[in-house]
Amino acid sequence: MAGADTVIFEEEFAKINAVCDRLRGEANALVVFIVDKNGQLISASGETEHLDTTSLASLTAGNVAATGGIAKLLKEKEFATQFHEGEKANIHIQIVGQRVILVVIFDTRSSLGLVRLRVRKASEELNKVFDSLVEKAKKPGAMSVLEEITDEDIENLFNE
Amino acid sequence: MSFINYSSREINCKIVYYGPGLCGKTTNLKYIFGNTAPDAKGKMISLATETDRTLFFDFLPLSLGEIQGFRTRFHLYTVPGQVFYNASRKLILKGVDGVVFVADSQIDRMEANIESLDNLRENLADQGYDLDRIPYVVQYNKRDLPEIAPVEELRPLLNPGGVPEFEGEATNGRGVFATLKAIAKLVFMELKRSRGT
Ligand SMILES: Nc1nc2c(ncn2[C@@H]2O[C@H](COP(=O)(O)OP(=O)(O)OP(=O)(O)O)[C@@H](O)[C@H]2O)c(=O)[nH]1
Ligand SMILES: [Mg+2]
Repeated sequence: MAGADTVIFEEEFAKINAVCDRLRGEANALVVFIVDKNGQLISASGETEHLDTTSLASLTAGNVAATGGIAKLLKEKEFATQFHEGEKANIHIQIVGQRVILVVIFDTRSSLGLVRLRVRKASEELNKVFDSLVEKAKKPGAMSVLEEITDEDIENLFNE
Repeated sequence: MSFINYSSREINCKIVYYGPGLCGKTTNLKYIFGNTAPDAKGKMISLATETDRTLFFDFLPLSLGEIQGFRTRFHLYTVPGQVFYNASRKLILKGVDGVVFVADSQIDRMEANIESLDNLRENLADQGYDLDRIPYVVQYNKRDLPEIAPVEELRPLLNPGGVPEFEGEATNGRGVFATLKAIAKLVFMELKRSRGT
């Protein structure tokens, strides 16, 4: 099958969450979240109770995919950054290491300059974490949960 | 390309509904949305034109239950079937774990079905996937309409490989969940197979 699955382990998950939390604090942001390019939410920080983060993740990935399609047509590698300014909230979208998407939502208590600066730093940190994840996922036994799936498990999914 | 989080104990997979314009892809998702318990689903998002044609995609997140202590989630997507939206269709196929091909059983839609199936194969190949090797099922939809081709005629054209197939009437739900269950099963079997060696 094309590409690899995204796998997140405990150790890296904690690191990713920490980067998210720190970025939100240092950038004075409302919400920070990380999505994989297929639209799966990886981590979220901030006031997310009233936010439909699943939908946001899918739409962000769709948006990034569409923008990537435009880039390709223009023979650009990618447009790594997007910024949308609203009346109350602004959203900054950054592709990190060509594999995940870092999203920052902020209001007038922050500024685009500050967000950019902090996103740059967070991106470097995230790159390191995702590099180590890729290595880990290659090791034998990394996906043990999948090996243990039984036919019965699969049947039972639908018998509730 | 499933997404597995060992920390939050989740397995997420992506299913794409493919097929010609107006075959009933969006209607499949709407029926699933309308007939799933509130706690097992998220919001359904439709990026559509003013005439309700899919413009980019529909999206519906579903929770299915647990496997080996992991919560399983399916992200269902539909593509826009109209021919000229091909660039968008390609994007939506990225990272797909399983495909449902929804065929329009009406006799005068046969060419559109074949064209769409060829297009699916091509777009998958562009991403390095082989339609004959990925989890894949076929639904012959609109069986309630009068001018339809018998399944025996549709099969050799639209399902020569003999993957699981279902008759559908997406507007009233016939075959909709059977199709979904079949693709979900195939996806998990593939996950197990690809890692089980
Ligand atoms: N009679 C009948 N009508 C159906 C059935 N399934 C879908 N329809 C109707 O067909 C029309 C198109 O359905 P959609 O689900 O929007 O089609 P689609 O495949 O999403 O089309 P695109 O978004 O353009 O690709 C709608 O008016 C549906 O009500 C069916 O099983 N029987
Ligand atoms: Mg549609």
